[in-house]
Amino acid sequence: MNILDFTLSSLGRRKGKNLALVTVYTFVIFLLASVLFFTHSIKKEASLILQGAPEMTVQRLVAGRQDLIPNHYIDSIRRIRGVQSVAPRLWGYYYDALSGTNFTLMANPDLKDCVGEIIIGSGVSWRSGTGKGKKAIRKNDIIPFKTYDGSVLTLKVKGILSFSSQLVTTDLILVSETDFRKIFAISHDHATDLVLKVRNAKELATIAAKITQRHPDTRPILREEILRTYDAVFDWRGGMIILVLSGAIFAFIILAWDKATGLSGEEKREIGILKAIGWETSDILLMKFWEGATLSLAAFFMGTFLAYLHIFLSSAILFEPVLKGWSVIYPHFRLTPYINAYQIATLFFLTVIPYTVATIVPSWRSATVDPDSVMRM
Amino acid sequence: MFERKSNIFFICLIMGVSLICLIFLDAAVSRRLDREAVRERREMVRVLTLTDLCLFTEARYTRHPSMTDLNTPFQDHPTSLEHFPTGAIMPVPPHLKTRSQW
Repeated sequence: MNILDFTLSSLGRRKGKNLALVTVYTFVIFLLASVLFFTHSIKKEASLILQGAPEMTVQRLVAGRQDLIPNHYIDSIRRIRGVQSVAPRLWGYYYDALSGTNFTLMANPDLKDCVGEIIIGSGVSWRSGTGKGKKAIRKNDIIPFKTYDGSVLTLKVKGILSFSSQLVTTDLILVSETDFRKIFAISHDHATDLVLKVRNAKELATIAAKITQRHPDTRPILREEILRTYDAVFDWRGGMIILVLSGAIFAFIILAWDKATGLSGEEKREIGILKAIGWETSDILLMKFWEGATLSLAAFFMGTFLAYLHIFLSSAILFEPVLKGWSVIYPHFRLTPYINAYQIATLFFLTVIPYTVATIVPSWRSATVDPDSVMRM
Repeated sequence: MFERKSNIFFICLIMGVSLICLIFLDAAVSRRLDREAVRERREMVRVLTLTDLCLFTEARYTRHPSMTDLNTPFQDHPTSLEHFPTGAIMPVPPHLKTRSQW
């Protein structure tokens, strides 16, 4: 207890330096924890939400690119044993020159009898307004669409998709099949791709193989592959994550390296004096342990808490510019906090333990030499 | 109680641990509250037959990463470089790298 009291007083004597150290250390832990919380939560959210995605999507490839799929493929695929249903999907991208935004346009079977009407995502309602004092689009407002031949097709907003579904629908515009074909001049015997339901999920791979046998120009994409895509996008080894992580990890290594490579003259003198007045080497090591533990625990608690606030209360505001890129529409979503003890333990063992060890090692070296020679340094 | 610095240290330590416990408590409550919203989003994905999260809307291969192909990022010219910022932070979907399974 007395050693801890002495350690805290000693830290207080170098207030400015230690405060700066804790600030940098907290920031490094904040970054690491933010990345850890964000990637884990978004992967979990994606895996839960996309459980509802089609079991299999079949695309047609022409010259290596996705192309429209002829509707007669539907019948031949439907005849494969185990296929429960095959439905064509019509979807594509529409660039709105007025707002400079890319929208996802999708034909919806429920709008079959509502030609001239659309249902829009909440991001679309904010971005489609034009001119000064941009107003949000409301129900029954009109949105003009430029068709393939340059003529304008005006469609009435029938409804707006819920705000809470922004993570999947923010840029979505649902139109009737008739309007979709009118805008893009897609003939009635083609669709964008096909979605399949199968009777037994275990047969998905066999069915996919049969489809490619019958139609070698197609590419089946399974729901598991969709889920794996999001695992890969937010994997710590790739893309943005490795960039942010490597910055934080290198900052931490420099911090720990600085500690491990040696003590300042003042610190060495302090150890020498303590040894001269009768402190044991073990007491000095205990003091240095408390010093490292105090600083790293303070940084760990503050960094972790701030990261939690950043990711789950401020919707990862610092990561937003990175994720947004040049996008005009960006969903406003609040992630559900999927955190567990394993993540916190990983963070603890990656930060607190190495730093504390790095503080003890050089002190042990100084504490084992003659106090007289240490004080003379 | 506050005469000894070690007492203040242990109080701060307890506060720090409580802060972590508070995080877990808040996370558990939020998960319970969000359960219905997650179910609603999953249902919307199922009904509308959606395949991707709407995270990166700037380019079509980042808007629907699971539906893309390897050519799309270089669509403008045979020797053009991929230029959308999110293209730089997004790795190639695994199923495009191991395509020969069927």
